[in-house]
This record gives sequence, structure tokens and C-alpha cells, in this order.
Amino acid sequence: MDSSSSSSAAGLGAVDPQLQHFIEVETQKQRFQQLVHQMTELCWCMDKPGPKLDSRAEACFVNCVERFIDTSQFILNRLEQTQKSKPVFSESLSD
Amino acid sequence: MEGGFGSDFGGSGSGKLDPGLIMEQVKVQIAVANAQELLQRMTDKCFRKCIGKPGGSLDNSEQPGRPGAGVRAVPGAAKSRAEPCAPPLPQKCIAMCMDRYMDAWNTVSRAYNSRLQRERANM
Repeated sequence: MDSSSSSSAAGLGAVDPQLQHFIEVETQKQRFQQLVHQMTELCWCMDKPGPKLDSRAEACFVNCVERFIDTSQFILNRLEQTQKSKPVFSESLSD
Repeated sequence: MEGGFGSDFGGSGSGKLDPGLIMEQVKVQIAVANAQELLQRMTDKCFRKCIGKPGGSLDNSEQPGRPGAGVRAVPGAAKSRAEPCAPPLPQKCIAMCMDRYMDAWNTVSRAYNSRLQRERANM
């Protein structure tokens, strides 16, 4: 009894695959939520809030999301490339 | 420590942790955290949009929540601080801002979700 409870307390995810999966799923969901929060603020496309979200503002938000993801992917890819040619992280940053 | 964990997470005194209950608890905590984040960002945004950055103290016409606040037009008040939202009543501005914020949030959420699905389909 002691060994099982202490091992489940020490390695919650490692021992129980159900919990492990749960943690992975919830982490991903959280990352998604966080990005939505950030992008909503970053991409604020309305000068003065009106009675409804007009189609231009909506399109603006959608565009901004796409651009943001594009930017994020570009940064990741380029960082990966520069990491390959110059393995030392600080060197690639000074580019 | 075992007892503390058990009593919080449905161990019912046996010292064993119930994964099902832990997951439920965690989900609730996550939902609360998300709601708090949304509230904080919405408040920040709508304050900036509707009240701006007041130079001095808020005068009578801009204290939301005060009964009758904003009903009296204070002549010249608008000119003396950062421009308020287009409607004369800050409460209306704030209410509209809240609704628009939720609209925006949902739009962004949908757009992001579609993009993710598209990415997965292309992989």
C-alpha cells in the first residue's frame, strides 16, 4: 500500500497512463486558450466598440490570427535553420 | 502529506489518489484560471476604450456604477481628458465593449481552430 501510494504521488503521470493523457490534453487546451487570449488583445481591430462586430472587424481579426500563426511558424523554422548551421544558441541570436 | 492530498483529491482517507476526481478538480481550476484571464484582459481593454487614461480623478459623469452616473451631461468634461467612447454613457460603452470582446474572442478562437485543423490536414 505504501509503495503504490508513494509512487503514484511521486510520479503521477508516469504511473497512470490515463492521467498522463489527461495532462497532455489539458496542456494543449491551455496553450490554445492562452493564444486566443493573447491574439484577441494583440489583434484588437476595433477603435470604438459598436453594437455588433461588423464584417470588416471580423475579417481583420481572422487575418490577424492567420498572420500571427504564419509569423510564429516562420520564426520557429528560421530559428531551427540557424541553429543547425550555428549550433551555439547565442551566436544565432546575434545574426 | 498523504492525508492532505487524500482529503483534497478524494482519497477518502485511504491514502490512494483517485485519478477521476483529480482530473475533475484540475479541469475546474483550469476553467477558473481561464475565466480570470478573460476577465482581466476584458477589463483592461474596456477601461482603455471607454474611460481612457484619466488625467486627474474621475469626475461625476464617469464613475460607473454610481446610481444616475453619466445621465447628466457634464459640459466640457469630455474635452478635459482622454476621449471617452462614442456613446455618452460609459456604462453603455463598457457593456458594448464586453459584448464585442466576447464576439472577438469567439472569432479568434474559431479562426485559430480552423487554422490548426488545416495544419493537421496538411501534415
